[in-house]
Amino acid sequence: MSTLVLDGVSRWYGNVVAANDVTMTVGPGITGLLGPNGAGKSTLIAMMGGFLAPSAGTVTLDGAVVWRHPDIYRSIGLVPEAEAMYDMVTGWQFVVANARLHGLDDPGAAARRALETVEMMDAKDRDIGTYSKGMKQRVKMATALVHDPAVLLLDEPFNGMDPRQRLHLMDLLRRLGQEGRTVLFSSHILEEVEEIAGTIEVLVAGRHAASGDFRRIRRLMTERPHQYTISSSDDRRLAAAIIAEGAADTVDLTAGTLAVQAPDVGRFVHALPRLARDSGVRLLEVSPADESLESVFAYLVAR
Amino acid sequence: MNPVVMQLTLRGLLGRRRALLMLLLPVLLLLLAGLIRWASEADVFATVALTDDFALGTLLPLMCLLIGTGVIGSEIDDGSIVYLLAKPLPRRTILLSKLVVAWGAAFVFAVLPLVAAIEIAGDDGGRLGLAYGVAATLAAVAYTSIFVALSVVTRNAVIIGLLYALLWETVLGGYVPGISNVSVRQWALAAAEAILGDRAYVWSVLSAVGLTAALGLLAATTVASVVLAVRRLETLRLTTGD
Repeated sequence: MSTLVLDGVSRWYGNVVAANDVTMTVGPGITGLLGPNGAGKSTLIAMMGGFLAPSAGTVTLDGAVVWRHPDIYRSIGLVPEAEAMYDMVTGWQFVVANARLHGLDDPGAAARRALETVEMMDAKDRDIGTYSKGMKQRVKMATALVHDPAVLLLDEPFNGMDPRQRLHLMDLLRRLGQEGRTVLFSSHILEEVEEIAGTIEVLVAGRHAASGDFRRIRRLMTERPHQYTISSSDDRRLAAAIIAEGAADTVDLTAGTLAVQAPDVGRFVHALPRLARDSGVRLLEVSPADESLESVFAYLVAR
Repeated sequence: MNPVVMQLTLRGLLGRRRALLMLLLPVLLLLLAGLIRWASEADVFATVALTDDFALGTLLPLMCLLIGTGVIGSEIDDGSIVYLLAKPLPRRTILLSKLVVAWGAAFVFAVLPLVAAIEIAGDDGGRLGLAYGVAATLAAVAYTSIFVALSVVTRNAVIIGLLYALLWETVLGGYVPGISNVSVRQWALAAAEAILGDRAYVWSVLSAVGLTAALGLLAATTVASVVLAVRRLETLRLTTGD
């Protein structure tokens, strides 16, 4: 059982602040690091993995400072986002090499166990250069697991995976979490994170915006006013019906289309088709105006 | 040193496309040497001209640039070095292992072909081969160390190294008197000059620097490069910038 502690961690590159006074504790189980692209997730993981010095604050693993301390890699397994590996060796050779670099007693057995865990024994004798993206991702996992680490850090592990590979990796991470390992992975997709992570840490623009279990985060994200733009055969009549029903706070007709702000998404999306039918209006287009993850996160930060 | 790091480094060096260049350049040199022998009928002066200007002055730094950046620069560029760095190994060990591979590769791919070229083009009982062989070995050790350090310090190592190799070492180091005092090529030549003794004057294998100073400077440059490289590797920033 290991715990990573970030205490007031900041990192800036010149004038750009990539991580801003982040304090969090990552314990056993699965933690999802959620945030839009450019939020500083990779920067934070790089600092947790000892590949980047915090400009301020400290990152410690079970009390030991991570930066410039290669001994921590005995208990940390790292799955980097970069796809590059050693293309000219086979998967087997590469995982065995990783085991030997860790100084394990029986590198062959460790490599076999790791490759079996990620189900890559069949393709182990092919050059890494010939692997698909998903296979590379699994070999990356195997290199991170080969020394049986207590902590596993994964940077955007689901990127570019097909649904089957995604499910497989989710199962694997779940299993690792149940074994009492500290598993942290980053993602910009809420659904991925809430599916398996017990704890979610939300990072927006370098700031630690929210923390908790997925229900709390989900609530934070859905209990906010939603905006829709609607075009219909008769915007004016539809607007009147929406207002009369009380399904929206604001209805705006000025931009040539109908813009609606609804406090309760569920109620609004159920009411809209009924209102349209009852008032004889044809809905041509309904689109959420601010559903991008960035705007959701921006809302969280603004709170 | 770590044998696994050395193996992976060697596979990486020989497995990439630049390995072709590492073969092509020595072959070019050997062909040229054959041509010169045919044209000059094994005249030692022609051999000296080939070796001094082309083999030692241009080809050797270029080969060392290919090798020095190849053993570590490519891995830093594509990020795969993370698999070596995320291990309970002192970074010093990682760097030294890679450096030894670079030295070995430079000897095999640059120094040996240079000696072979001298023997093909025409030698005087192996004297030139020995003298230039020693000089090239010394230069290769210094050059590869410089280029390995450069690869760790900057992502533009190839460009900067190319400018250094071609402009500083080849052009300026060859002709501008002040600069030739601080040129790896001139330092290495001092060793060749000392080995050849009186013949050095006949064949004009002459260095701008005295032997003791030259060896001291070679050693200092190599050690400084290695220390710099280790230090920078210890604090190497590895992030995609997100």
